Amino acid sequence: MAAEIQKQEHVDTRPPVMGPGHNFDSLTQKIIDIVLMRGFKKGWIFGFAIVFLGALMLFNTIAYLVLKGVGIWGNNIPVGWAFDIINFVWWIGIGHAGTLISAILLLLRQSWRNSINRFAEAMTLFAVACAGLFPALHTGRPWVDYWLFPYPNTMGMWPNFRSPLMWDVFAVSTYATVSLLFWFMGLIPDFATLRDKAKNKVQRTIYGMLAMGWRGDARHWHRYESAYLLLAGLSTPLVLSVHTIVSFDFAVGIMPGWHATIFPPYFVAGAIYAGFAMVLTLAIPVRKFYNIEDFITMRHIRNMCKVMLATGLIVGYGYVMELFMAWYSGNTYEMFMMKNRIFGPYGFMYWLLILCNVAVPQLLWVKKFRDNLLVVFIVSMFINVGMWLERFVIIVMSLNRDFSPASWRMYYPTIFDFTMFFGTIGFFLTCMFLFIRFVPMIPIFEMKTLLPESKVDEKKVEELVSGKGPLGATPLPQFGD
Amino acid sequence: MKAHSKNMTKQEESGIYGLMAEFDDPSAVVAAARRTYEAGYRRINAYSPYPIEELSAAIGYHKDLVSMTVFAFGILGALGGFALQYWTSAIDYPLNVGGRPLLSLPSFIPIIFECTVLLASFGAFIGMLAMNRLPQPYHPVFNLPSFSRASHDRFFLCVKADDPNYSEVETRAFLQGLGAKEVSDVES
Repeated sequence: MAAEIQKQEHVDTRPPVMGPGHNFDSLTQKIIDIVLMRGFKKGWIFGFAIVFLGALMLFNTIAYLVLKGVGIWGNNIPVGWAFDIINFVWWIGIGHAGTLISAILLLLRQSWRNSINRFAEAMTLFAVACAGLFPALHTGRPWVDYWLFPYPNTMGMWPNFRSPLMWDVFAVSTYATVSLLFWFMGLIPDFATLRDKAKNKVQRTIYGMLAMGWRGDARHWHRYESAYLLLAGLSTPLVLSVHTIVSFDFAVGIMPGWHATIFPPYFVAGAIYAGFAMVLTLAIPVRKFYNIEDFITMRHIRNMCKVMLATGLIVGYGYVMELFMAWYSGNTYEMFMMKNRIFGPYGFMYWLLILCNVAVPQLLWVKKFRDNLLVVFIVSMFINVGMWLERFVIIVMSLNRDFSPASWRMYYPTIFDFTMFFGTIGFFLTCMFLFIRFVPMIPIFEMKTLLPESKVDEKKVEELVSGKGPLGATPLPQFGD
Repeated sequence: MKAHSKNMTKQEESGIYGLMAEFDDPSAVVAAARRTYEAGYRRINAYSPYPIEELSAAIGYHKDLVSMTVFAFGILGALGGFALQYWTSAIDYPLNVGGRPLLSLPSFIPIIFECTVLLASFGAFIGMLAMNRLPQPYHPVFNLPSFSRASHDRFFLCVKADDPNYSEVETRAFLQGLGAKEVSDVES
């Protein structure tokens, strides 16, 4: 490692943030061609057809669920929460990488984020939409879900603001709204580019309306940058608060295995871990399919692997601490919960979790593996599965055997639990397909700022300015050259 | 008011919004903007496909007020979030939850925080749009056909016709002297 750092002092051996040979024109053209092209690519249609089937499966499950009630799911007392909350937490966690990339890395001035932030933010939005479905439907009567919000009503009642579930309503709806604002704001200048480059009237009209008359005015840019930076500053604590509050759903309860102070940081790290895994899962095929390896380079892949490795270690630390606290608490129920988790009837899930989330990702320590897209893709898939298992382990295994053996009961999901879960994956991917086709998935104006030709050369400006003659009315001939 | 209407007529009479100079290099447009500002022009504007800090400074724009709306909205959100919870849980519908006091501030903090962030974010978004006077379906600069490249790879500097120093001939000659690729009239 030390040798590597020394070497870097002489030559930066890292792959570039952007492929060589690009200028304003090639960069813009490459990104907008995907959006403004006539018709659809064959591969796109094929992929869309498959994922849309998944979305249809979701819609059908929801229709049946609304018709019959939540009894079609496998959860029943004592496991009153199962797939619905597992999937909710899983999706919300996935969404967090988007905000992390767009907001936190912006504040940390990590310019490599510029090519992946739009993509990751879109992922956030769609993931939050999928997440929101589960608790909304789990209420049993989703047509009165508006009762969750405080509004003056004829029942004369107000929600209980001291409940973490109420905090969740506010946290998730705020998160969805702010993510949408952030995403849309980032898109405004790019919509203007699409409007100006549109090939027909329909495109010009639609993108023109979305651009809202953006014209790249220097004063506008100034305010825009301030607003964008402030939104990033607001999103950063927001994203941390959202998963913290999600973890409060558990940690505030007294259930063994839930009632732990380590939950907020451990959940937040897990969310980022899962989110980066999902970004990689999506980005690796997309960059290949659309030939955008110039924009999402090996530098991005490597950096994301490192973030995964770091957050994965925090998650692993969380697992160790859960074990330690169960022993250190000296509490019978806590200790039993741990034994049940590891050796109980669902014990294999725990070992699978350790395999997926702790063992396999250690491959990423090796540089050769970080550079091998296939390995990275497979590791990301393992993490996607592992993070789902983590929520299963925490939620189902605590509930199915609690304080009194008389109330123990095994939990088995039904077919509708699975159609709903895989249906949301289909819905999520459907949204991603539409996004990639109709919205520039790489921020054009932010990528431009990475080009050397975009930089203002202060020396050149000075030369040009000082080469001037008397002010105002008497113009001089060409200056500077 | 009088001056304003006079200016309007000046622009309207000539049918000209201003003179637009086109550049293909960010350093050139910044230099040109600085010289134009130094030459005493104040009703000027610059356009670029991506944010250039030096450019807004060159036309004499240094501080925006977006942070003010964010702050104001954020305060409103915090107070609103607290007031909502206090009034509903302690006054209108007092609810004993696990023996907590009616004003159980620690339990109120998450929602106060979320309301603050939500409103402050609206403050950033709406504040930015409102101060930029967006959405704006029509603007004279779009009358210039080459302006479509302002969102792509060209940089523009505009001296508006209502600038007191504006003169059709002299300003055009001045802008041409700044190394612009092209100087064109923008119809109002």
